[in-house]
Amino acid sequence: MNTLASLKNVTRRFGDVTALDDVSLDIRSGQIVGLLGPNGAGKSTLLSLVQGLRRATSGTVELFGGSPQVAANRRLLGCTPQATALPDTLRVGEVIDFVGAHFAPSTGLRDRTAEIAEEFGLTDLVRRQTGALSGGQKRRLSVALAFVGRPQLVLLDEPTTGLDVDARRTLWDAIRRQHDAGATVVITSHYLEEIEALAERVVVIDGGRVLEDDSLGTVLSRVSLRQVTLDSERLDLVAALPGVVRQRKDAAGATTFYAQDSDALIIELVRSGIPFSNLAVRGATLEEAFLTLTDKELV
Amino acid sequence: MSAATVPVVRLTLAHAKYSLLETARVPIAVIGSLVFPALSLLFFVVPQRAVAENAQWATQAVISLSVFAVLANALFGFGLNIAQNRDQPWDPYLRTLPAPGIARVLGHVFSTGLIGIAAIVPVVVLGALLTAAEASWWRILLGFVAIAASALPFVFIGISVGYSMPAKAAIAVVQVLMFGLAFGGGLFLPPAVFPDWLDAISRFLPSRDAREIVVWAVQGGDLAPWAWIGWLAWTAASLALALLLFRRDEGRRFR
Repeated sequence: MNTLASLKNVTRRFGDVTALDDVSLDIRSGQIVGLLGPNGAGKSTLLSLVQGLRRATSGTVELFGGSPQVAANRRLLGCTPQATALPDTLRVGEVIDFVGAHFAPSTGLRDRTAEIAEEFGLTDLVRRQTGALSGGQKRRLSVALAFVGRPQLVLLDEPTTGLDVDARRTLWDAIRRQHDAGATVVITSHYLEEIEALAERVVVIDGGRVLEDDSLGTVLSRVSLRQVTLDSERLDLVAALPGVVRQRKDAAGATTFYAQDSDALIIELVRSGIPFSNLAVRGATLEEAFLTLTDKELV
Repeated sequence: MSAATVPVVRLTLAHAKYSLLETARVPIAVIGSLVFPALSLLFFVVPQRAVAENAQWATQAVISLSVFAVLANALFGFGLNIAQNRDQPWDPYLRTLPAPGIARVLGHVFSTGLIGIAAIVPVVVLGALLTAAEASWWRILLGFVAIAASALPFVFIGISVGYSMPAKAAIAVVQVLMFGLAFGGGLFLPPAVFPDWLDAISRFLPSRDAREIVVWAVQGGDLAPWAWIGWLAWTAASLALALLLFRRDEGRRFR
């Protein structure tokens, strides 16, 4: 496995704000890496450094062994524009052609465009101006653009945000096929489901720092939490039960406990004989799960 | 593992082509810069028979308005477009593609340059039909070459404006620059009627240099050294500034 991109002790500041704080990370070929973190965690800043859009304040960023700011080093990199950013007046086929012109020998351009359109379900839309596409179609086009140049490394920044379930799955399938064809993919998301569906390696990032960098299974076991809500006169005893990692009292007066195994917690609760009522169990959101990793208080 | 990179020339042409295509889809956006110089000729030169019937003055008026056409087109075409593009997220995406900065800059130069030439043609045609302006065909051709070369500083100034401020600020700055350079460079009123102090300042402006160079190309005679030295200095300085701002650019900055 060779290293496609690497960050060594990279810090990036915007004025007083530190977006990335001493981050070291290697992206090796063959993986799908999930970059997981809440909004403002530093995910997009990290990607923009690898894309050569911004420079690190300190530390080194390498892409294919050189500076990402040298155009030739971006030859095997694929990125997506924001779906809302596509030039309204250009046709779908023209946008793909234009991006393809940066990579392909001119003879193969038309074929590649047809191929990519087919792969991402855009064949019927190639003559349509991008301004006339639906949100999901725009999203498919912008993800498709990342793959036009047959890249070895693809960076996808929240590729399915705002899509419905069907559209999301279609896009995931397309991304998986591209990965099987040899592309290494880095995908940022704040949907745990998306990372679960695609990633093999997960990097959790918050506050500009890498909190976890491990296989999907290991990270999941650490961030997947269940919440158990109940009323009780002896909340202090409930909090002391094994498996409770955190508790929170909401405005309505109910108290929620977070545990990795809610079934085990409830068995313990019943066995302990602590009086309780209004029991409810549900999954915790990723945002809530992060807080156990970052050790911040819920607000 | 690295595949062959695409030559800069082809990338330049690709950027020029799609930039023109975008412009062509909203043609009303360029109508202003296409008709304004021609209208100026119709309203300000043609009715003044003393100028319009004098071959030398009329020719110089046509030249001045042609220079004005490329000046306005270059400042708006680059200053405003670049500033607007930088406000939009499509531009950062383009910068992740493997195209060196020079290909994107030159692509823009070609596409805007073509529109600039399209703005001059009506000025020249109207000048030939409605005034006493005259020049042989090869002089006119030489004039077009001179105007393209002399427009370079305007192009690079426009690029620098585009990369140094947001679009709303760029509109104001471009207009001030355009009218300042046009009046100061003797494009609206001939430098012959300038007081000495204004003429002295005028000689340091790239618009005056451009006017002198094109007049020399079309009408012959002597070219004052300050004109071509000034043009060279403005071209070098503005190119350096444009490249510096381009390299430093990280998209729109918010505080």
